[in-house]
Amino acid sequence: MLSTYLEMIRIRFLMMLAYRVNYYSGIVIYSLNIGVNYFIWMAIYGSNNNLQGMTASQMATYVAVAWMSRAAYFNNLDREIAQEIRDGTVAIQLIRPYHYLMVKFFQAWGEGLFRLLLFSIPGMLIVSLVFPIHLPGFDPVWLLFAASLLLGFVINTQINMITGLAAFFILNNQGLVRAKRVLVDLFSGLILPIRFYPNWAQAILSYLPFQAISYLPSMILVKGIGGPALVHAFTVQIIWCVLLCLPIFLLWRRARRTLTVQGG
Amino acid sequence: MFYVQIFWQYLEQYLKTRLAYRWDFLTQFVTDLSFQAVNLVFILVVFSHTTSIKGWTREEVIFIYGYFLVPFAVFAAFFNLWEFNERYIIKGEMDRVLTRPVHSLVQVMLETMAPESLAGALVGLLIMGWAAARMNLQWTIWDIPLFVIFVIGGVLIYGGIYIALTSISFFSDSKTDIQPIMYNIGNYGRYPVNLYHRIIQFVLTWVLPFAFVGFYPASYLLDRDHWMWLAFLTPVVGVVYFVFGVFCWNWGVRHYRGAGN
Repeated sequence: MLSTYLEMIRIRFLMMLAYRVNYYSGIVIYSLNIGVNYFIWMAIYGSNNNLQGMTASQMATYVAVAWMSRAAYFNNLDREIAQEIRDGTVAIQLIRPYHYLMVKFFQAWGEGLFRLLLFSIPGMLIVSLVFPIHLPGFDPVWLLFAASLLLGFVINTQINMITGLAAFFILNNQGLVRAKRVLVDLFSGLILPIRFYPNWAQAILSYLPFQAISYLPSMILVKGIGGPALVHAFTVQIIWCVLLCLPIFLLWRRARRTLTVQGG
Repeated sequence: MFYVQIFWQYLEQYLKTRLAYRWDFLTQFVTDLSFQAVNLVFILVVFSHTTSIKGWTREEVIFIYGYFLVPFAVFAAFFNLWEFNERYIIKGEMDRVLTRPVHSLVQVMLETMAPESLAGALVGLLIMGWAAARMNLQWTIWDIPLFVIFVIGGVLIYGGIYIALTSISFFSDSKTDIQPIMYNIGNYGRYPVNLYHRIIQFVLTWVLPFAFVGFYPASYLLDRDHWMWLAFLTPVVGVVYFVFGVFCWNWGVRHYRGAGN
């Protein structure tokens, strides 16, 4: 059984390789994103060297790390699931001898692996040549970052699944999918590190799963946080990984019952 | 005249289908609004840490943002080409479109339009109005026709670029992620371009001229005469890019052979 799912990872990886235009344009456009955000932030810093406990140089690094992490954790699962529900192909998937959501999850792994190896790592090398960012050298902090990014990937994938499954209940959820992407980018700390928000907003965001996608992994690498803060970051991430399984399970159970309503 | 008639008929049909799924209509509305709120949140939060960014005050940046929403909303309403590849090329709907008497691009635009996005223009005008009132901005009678011309120019630029990008679908039937990411770049045109490195300024002005959609015309309306001649170029750039887009489309249609066998 496991080998079937591992095969899913491989197939998706190879499928991604086929879309080579996407891959080349992706690196260019991610670099452009980093560039623009970098300049906006440097203009915001202006003559200040320190805002909210982050130096200008840490901010530059944060922008690069956060966007390159996004290249790795991002996937189109939300759109794919919604699409398969809308055109009814999900019905065929249901009678196959595997679990639909597990297949989707492993496909996301294939995509994630592809994006990490061919997007994020080469992108990071290019970006670090162009912008004055300071990354740690050979340091165990990279391992912590990798583990944290992995958890961020899982949480993002889970949120994508929830959004995709919402298509069972909202007939046309393209708007929802798009809005979710923008909200995740904002609340995960990609566009705006969480510590820049006013205190009341930080309090709310600390109870939401989004910070665990981008902000926590990026801070581990950029600020090199350790001790209780590090333990806290990992605890938050693991708790969300577990908690988010529940709405997915409930949505899926209800969706299977209502599937006949939409036909196939 | 024929096109106007067709447009109204499509609009009527559209409203009927939309109102049949009222819940869907509502979610679309809410998600559109949340979309615009995100960028406003960014500006507001950033300005809680600084009073000006490269000489631009909070109200000025918000004004430019509000202005940008107007051409963007019109674009989003009538150039809803996001799903073109999947719907028309992969599923073969394009073959049907090509048998219709109106131009294929007009046909596709009519079938995919989403007029409810125009609500964003209203939000934009409100934001702009709020910022203008805070700054005691002086308006002249000329600002109104200029505003309309600038908005049309901006819509043509956005539309032209997206039509050109959509035309890629005629040459490859695989999905491309270029459009959604281009959306990000489009957003950068609403920040003062003197924030950026020269190369990015150049790109946003002459390669992917999104700065003409938001920044240049808005800063002229803000009485920043420094950007005047660039603001006046907006309709010209708009026409050039739109013609380019339509040219790409026509070329693509000639090249198109259908996804079937």
